[in-house]
Amino acid sequence: MSNKGFKKLAAAGALFFWSVAAWAEFKLNLQTPNTVLGEKIYDLHTIITVICFVIFVGVFGFMFYAVFKHRKSVGHKAAQFHENTAVEVAWTLIPAVILVALAVPATGTLITMRDSSEADLTIKATGYQWKWGYDYLKGEGEGISFYSTLSTPRAQIDGTDVAGRNANPNYLLETDTHVVVPVGKKIRILTTAADVIHAWYVPALAVKQDAVPGFIRDTWFKAEKVGIYRGQCAELCGKEHGFMPIVVEVMEPAAYTAWVGAQQKKAVAAKVDPEKTWTLEDLKAHGEKIYAQNCVACHQTTGMGVPGAFPALSGSKVVNGPKDDQIKLILNGKQGTAMNAFKHLSDVDLAAAITYTRNSWNNKTGDATAPAEVKALR
Amino acid sequence: MSAAHAPTHDHGHDDHHAHKPSGIMRWVASTNHKDIGTMYLWFSFTMFLVGGVMALIIRSELFQPGLQIVKPEFFNSMTTYHGLIMVFGAIMPAFVGFANWLIPMQIGAPDMAFPRMNNLSFWLLPPAALLLIAAQFMPGGGAGVGWTLYAPLSTQAGPAMDLTIFAIHILGMSSIMGSINIITTILNMRAPGMTMMKMPMFCWTWLITAYLLVAVMPVLAGAVTMTLTDRHFGTHFFNAAGGGDPVLYQHIFWFFGHPEVYIIAIPAFGVISQVIPAFSRKPLFGYASMVYATASIAILSFMVWAHHMYTAGMPVEAQLYFMYATVLIAVPTGVKVFNWVATMWKGALTFETPMLFAIGFLFLFTLGGFTGLVLSIVPVDVQLHDTYYVVAHFHYVMVAGALFSAFAGIYFWLPKWTGRMYNETLGKWHFWLSLVFFNVTFFVQHFLGLAGMPRRIPDYALQFAEFNMISTIGAFGFGLSQLLFLYIVINCIRSGEKAAERQWEGADSLEWTHLPSPAPWHSFETPPVVK
Repeated sequence: MSNKGFKKLAAAGALFFWSVAAWAEFKLNLQTPNTVLGEKIYDLHTIITVICFVIFVGVFGFMFYAVFKHRKSVGHKAAQFHENTAVEVAWTLIPAVILVALAVPATGTLITMRDSSEADLTIKATGYQWKWGYDYLKGEGEGISFYSTLSTPRAQIDGTDVAGRNANPNYLLETDTHVVVPVGKKIRILTTAADVIHAWYVPALAVKQDAVPGFIRDTWFKAEKVGIYRGQCAELCGKEHGFMPIVVEVMEPAAYTAWVGAQQKKAVAAKVDPEKTWTLEDLKAHGEKIYAQNCVACHQTTGMGVPGAFPALSGSKVVNGPKDDQIKLILNGKQGTAMNAFKHLSDVDLAAAITYTRNSWNNKTGDATAPAEVKALR
Repeated sequence: MSAAHAPTHDHGHDDHHAHKPSGIMRWVASTNHKDIGTMYLWFSFTMFLVGGVMALIIRSELFQPGLQIVKPEFFNSMTTYHGLIMVFGAIMPAFVGFANWLIPMQIGAPDMAFPRMNNLSFWLLPPAALLLIAAQFMPGGGAGVGWTLYAPLSTQAGPAMDLTIFAIHILGMSSIMGSINIITTILNMRAPGMTMMKMPMFCWTWLITAYLLVAVMPVLAGAVTMTLTDRHFGTHFFNAAGGGDPVLYQHIFWFFGHPEVYIIAIPAFGVISQVIPAFSRKPLFGYASMVYATASIAILSFMVWAHHMYTAGMPVEAQLYFMYATVLIAVPTGVKVFNWVATMWKGALTFETPMLFAIGFLFLFTLGGFTGLVLSIVPVDVQLHDTYYVVAHFHYVMVAGALFSAFAGIYFWLPKWTGRMYNETLGKWHFWLSLVFFNVTFFVQHFLGLAGMPRRIPDYALQFAEFNMISTIGAFGFGLSQLLFLYIVINCIRSGEKAAERQWEGADSLEWTHLPSPAPWHSFETPPVVK
């Protein structure tokens, strides 16, 4: 079904309230779907909206006729009828029939939507405050695992770089790593979360599924065209809720295979020799990156936190106290606060982040935390 | 207690009731349904302004992309308390205010059944409101968890969350007491001859609403108490690590939350069912079917809660059931809309301010109902859930629905309450400004939601910029228009022209046919006889 009907309707509705010369830049409808299911949903939405619009015009046609013709000022005398069984039965039954007619295609689409069986590739998406983690569980690329964080520079968000923001077509919808999937394959997404509820939402792929801590939910899509599709977390998950986008990159199968190969090579290269002895400087440099990805949203680049909400690390008793206490706090989190457990990070990453915090800002402990010390306390 | 009994009370029994404490004690110690109704309405308007300022802070931040005015955590706190204050502080008390003023007058009773409990149920509200406002000043600021207070975000929140939970407990107690009072008054204190099926629709709608409140407020109290014990006493109702389930909170919350939608909407239906016949000079079409439709909506409202949770994860069978049940609500709701239009049909219509607001209600509430129908279809909802489409939908139902109906009711009954008329020209201005700015604010939000803008975000992608800017302009226009309303009401009370006993020729309930304007202190000292 074409979307002409809806466009007309939307434009008519909007024009009712004001008129604007250039409608082209104002998006009035759902994003162009990139899946067969998405097209079905698109059409379903169009059908329902058009039916509603027709009934709306009908009912209020009567009302406005009465408003203009049955007014006292034109001398209309009030009739005194107050019931009519036939009419009342009709306007109870007819809507019921229309609703049943609507429920039929909705049921079909829903059943297709929920059938995630026989997927070609299964990816687990884990919501964290505030980023997404992805694990390729089954299918080509099995074993690939990475995090995906907002890559829009803070300066564009806080307004120090407005020109940069205005020139950035993907403002707030860009991440450092993309979820790469092959075109035309059924991709099953398992959602879960580490802390609070998040939701994995990519409009053009017609998926939205809550990610509930401690539970696994699933959804699926099969992209029809290659390209980059952008979405966002859709469930309020704390202060950075608006800043954890999702970017899905759909590739030709050959390109996907090449990507998988590259990722696997990268994983081997990045594999840290467990015997490696880390210097304080190495740890600090690596730790700065880990801090920027995981800690900075609350504790801030200055290490000063947000007074009242998130404690400062600079000058903190914990950070300047015994190492073990700090390691335990980071591994297990602090119950009843926004400080979550960070067990999911590797020993090296945690040791690096801890070393960084203990030797930055006003903190000058001068000690390095070895990955083995973290491992011992897990 | 004896101190409250001044010696002047040693009069004959008959004039005993005419005495009231003066000054502030008149209000603090009031057991009079009119004074308590007045307090409810002023309290509600005050909260409406507080919640409105919060809305304007939200809209200011969203005027442009980027973070300009507030920090994200404060933004989240504003969305949370805007919702809580508007729902529990503004809209619900407004309709309880109407109930207090009108039910005794419409059924021919002298006052409410339990006047002292009535006093208590009002005076619980200010402390609850203070707790909600004090929450903003707790360490870490207000709880930025959304008005739905979803766990586990709410178990993670700071001490503001505890204040919020206690506020909800208190508000719940107030609502339950108010409801018991309303049910008892309607069932026991009707004048001779005022059978149930002769009651004005407004009384019927409140009777049904009161039952809904008694049924679901304890459920909400349970949900927030479980959150409280999860936070402080080591329980794990909503913590998967301890064997709980975060989604359990949502089920309990929405078992309260969906009937709550009708707790707000049904009294609004009642007001509209009084106003439209009065200005159509024609009896309400299908009175009996209206009663049955309202009762059906109330009963169905208990069976559809999980349509707020289509993306939370549930078996496909459950999704199908909740979709069918939700769609079913469109039938009785449709009956009501058709009945109102049929009431206007072949009437002798005039368009004073109450009627304008009632027509505005009818038109826009129906639009909100239709977007609700769109959202009831699971596959479509999966695209629109937690986007601005939902924000637009429920503001059509809550603002253009409940609030417009409250305005209609206030303009309609002000002459009876105060004995004075409001300024009709200004009233019409208030209507048209509200109508235009409401739509400028919220109609565009449908497009934002369709394009994929999630709700509760303090900053957004550039593609959403134009509509957000329009929406913010509309919001300020709408907010400022409400100051005109305040002026109109004060002007009416202080210097309005004298109102007639039956100010509206088409109004036919007892308060218009049997009582002078303003209505006497104890509405009916001897019950009228209803034919």
